Amino acid sequence: METLDQIKARIEAAVTAASVQIVPNANPEGQSSLLVDNPHALATARFLREDAALRLDYASNVNGVDWLDAVIQEKRKVKQVIEGVEREIEQTTELKKPGYLEAVYHLYSMELKHGPLILRLRTGNRTDNTRVPSLTPVWRGAEFQEREAYDLYGIVFDGHPDLRRILMWDEFKDFPMRKDYAEPDDYEYEPTPHDELLEKARRHYPAEGGA
Amino acid sequence: MDEGLRSELSKQGVFTTTLEDLYNWGRKNSIWPLGFGLACCAIEMIAASMARWDLARFGAEVFRPSPRQADLMIVAGTVTKKMAPQVVRLYNQMPEPKYVIAMGACAISGGPFKQGYNVLKGIDRYIPVDVHIPGCPPRPEALLHAFMTLQRKIDEQALTGAQRPRHLVAEAPSEYPVPEFGEHDLEPPSNPAVWQPPVLVRGE
Repeated sequence: METLDQIKARIEAAVTAASVQIVPNANPEGQSSLLVDNPHALATARFLREDAALRLDYASNVNGVDWLDAVIQEKRKVKQVIEGVEREIEQTTELKKPGYLEAVYHLYSMELKHGPLILRLRTGNRTDNTRVPSLTPVWRGAEFQEREAYDLYGIVFDGHPDLRRILMWDEFKDFPMRKDYAEPDDYEYEPTPHDELLEKARRHYPAEGGA
Repeated sequence: MDEGLRSELSKQGVFTTTLEDLYNWGRKNSIWPLGFGLACCAIEMIAASMARWDLARFGAEVFRPSPRQADLMIVAGTVTKKMAPQVVRLYNQMPEPKYVIAMGACAISGGPFKQGYNVLKGIDRYIPVDVHIPGCPPRPEALLHAFMTLQRKIDEQALTGAQRPRHLVAEAPSEYPVPEFGEHDLEPPSNPAVWQPPVLVRGE
């Protein structure tokens, strides 16, 4: 398969005005991915499937990822004149990074036997703009997995033929795989609680000290 | 019937019994289970019904496809909160007398998924369970043992008096409330008439 840079260049040539960004991954496998903007995601997906050199005809995985709002602290050394002497001091700037949800597609080619190409779609935020375009029209096999991502993360897939909850019941209101999900408070005795469970055990059986 | 008189009569070649013994003997040797499984425990249940373990020896080989014809519900596997109302509904549709075996760690307590948000912490929250089998999954031998335990339980049931089983008490409930799907959890999370949260009692 071509490198990500080549694919990115070819997508930008084929799909007008598409903005493609490479999300680097520094781990040893180096599975970097392509981030596509939402308005051109469907056209990009069509291109990836139809292109003769790529032929990515199989979406093996659709994942949801929840990125919380984050505060990134950046330390910089700045030269400042203090009391007439120029000194180098450290300045901390806080950068607020808004959270978002991501749908990640792992694409393979059955015909050319290559892959995976990892495609990411991002929602605007985590609360009121959680929409991404559905890629089910391109890869039919993504239907149930997109439903699962909707069920557990609350990512709304525009253009999905049948977007309902798949694992939880229809009346359920929460999205359990989100990092800020508050599960029902129904802890029951456990002989050897640890970590988060220990906290719950202490709350429910204070006289026992959680043990 | 007096035990001495009975043994004296049997020496003379006269076989005597009571209606209660006959009735219970008949019932305990024809327990027809409901053919339904929820997870991997069901595979062990199927194995127990096949030639190697041969549940037919206990008169229980006829797995019924309809709750209307079943006497026994083997809750074999993880009961998710989404499945729990259906399990209770199936139990309600079974005719009395009916019995429940909770098979495996999940059915008795939630098992490895106990602290999860979507698994019921034991089917005994909603329906009365007669025999609990621990194990993950329990071997078919354990299911056979549960069967024999249930048979003993049926055999010991008195048909009259205060200790008579539920199906002979007119005012006893044979239907149990089916939980509703709530916005965050099942409502109610358990049926207080059949189950109360555990109370920790510590020795010195």
